[in-house]
Amino acid sequence: MAESVVPPSVVPAPSVGGARPLQLPLREIVPWAVLTGVLMLLVIYFVGSEEGAFSMVGGTWIHEFVHDGRHLLGFPCH
Amino acid sequence: MMRRLLVFGMLVGLLAGLVAFGFASIAGEPQVDAAIALEEAAAQGEAVAPHSHGEDEAAATHSHEEPAEVSRSTQKGIGLAVATGLYGVAMGGLFAIACAVAYGRIGVPGMRATAATVALVGFIAVALVPFLKYPANPPAVGNPDTIDRRTGLYVVMVLVSVLAALIAAQVGRVLAGRSAGRGGGWNAWLASAGAFTVLVTVAAVLLPVVNEVPVSFPAELLWRFRLSSLGTQALVWVVLGLGFGPLAERVLNPSPARRTTALPVSASPASSGTAG
Repeated sequence: MAESVVPPSVVPAPSVGGARPLQLPLREIVPWAVLTGVLMLLVIYFVGSEEGAFSMVGGTWIHEFVHDGRHLLGFPCH
Repeated sequence: MMRRLLVFGMLVGLLAGLVAFGFASIAGEPQVDAAIALEEAAAQGEAVAPHSHGEDEAAATHSHEEPAEVSRSTQKGIGLAVATGLYGVAMGGLFAIACAVAYGRIGVPGMRATAATVALVGFIAVALVPFLKYPANPPAVGNPDTIDRRTGLYVVMVLVSVLAALIAAQVGRVLAGRSAGRGGGWNAWLASAGAFTVLVTVAAVLLPVVNEVPVSFPAELLWRFRLSSLGTQALVWVVLGLGFGPLAERVLNPSPARRTTALPVSASPASSGTAG
């Protein structure tokens, strides 16, 4: 979007032989995105909601342990 | 490449979580303590006035169900640190993926600017907009019987907001591709921001209001708690946005000689609009 705004004089000429990719291929990103996306969301779930509205483990220990973080990170806690 | 980007994202996220922990300890914990003191006083049948639906005593005593399974000092110390640390690592991982997708696709040159842009959008979409509709609540605020509904509404608001940001980004890309002339870039950004604002405003108006603040809860305490909560989340995104770019540029651009010469991406017309 922004390249049209940049005056041509400011932009250095693209140097030759640069190895820097212009974009990362989605093909390469997707498998990582699925795998880590699920893991990361699971972590956020445990910090944010386990033993609140939902409970996978049971008890209240996790809820109590992350209690203050849950409040201060903006999740509904209890 | 992706593996290293993810590792750096999570490392920066860990740092972000620790910074957030420091801020939350100093700025947030006094408010949490004060709110818990009110909650305990209410549980003894005094201070906090009834919830709007009459079952005040049940609600007050029920929400104060922490008979030291985890002590307050643990909650304030290692508990808070683990919570913000894990949150930071997880956000950092998701952030790295978002940056990898956005790199070279949102009309911003280089990974530093991409990371800063993604962090700004991420803060607005993941933290600020949901906060404006369903703000963080301290202990003693909120009826435990409605936790399911409140959690559901909060998640819906976050999802709608993130979806709106993705739609807005796509709008911007289409417009930037169409109007490559003078000012086209800024017009695309403006249209993008406008689309996001309209979408989240409609969602915020349509979703139901939640207000379970007891009448007697001190307004000043509520304000300071919410401000410290927003500050905690803002810091996570600030550290992610500023910290990830330089590390990721190393991954993308290993040769040290080229690290200082800037941004061939911005000179390439192929870097936005059509591709991807």
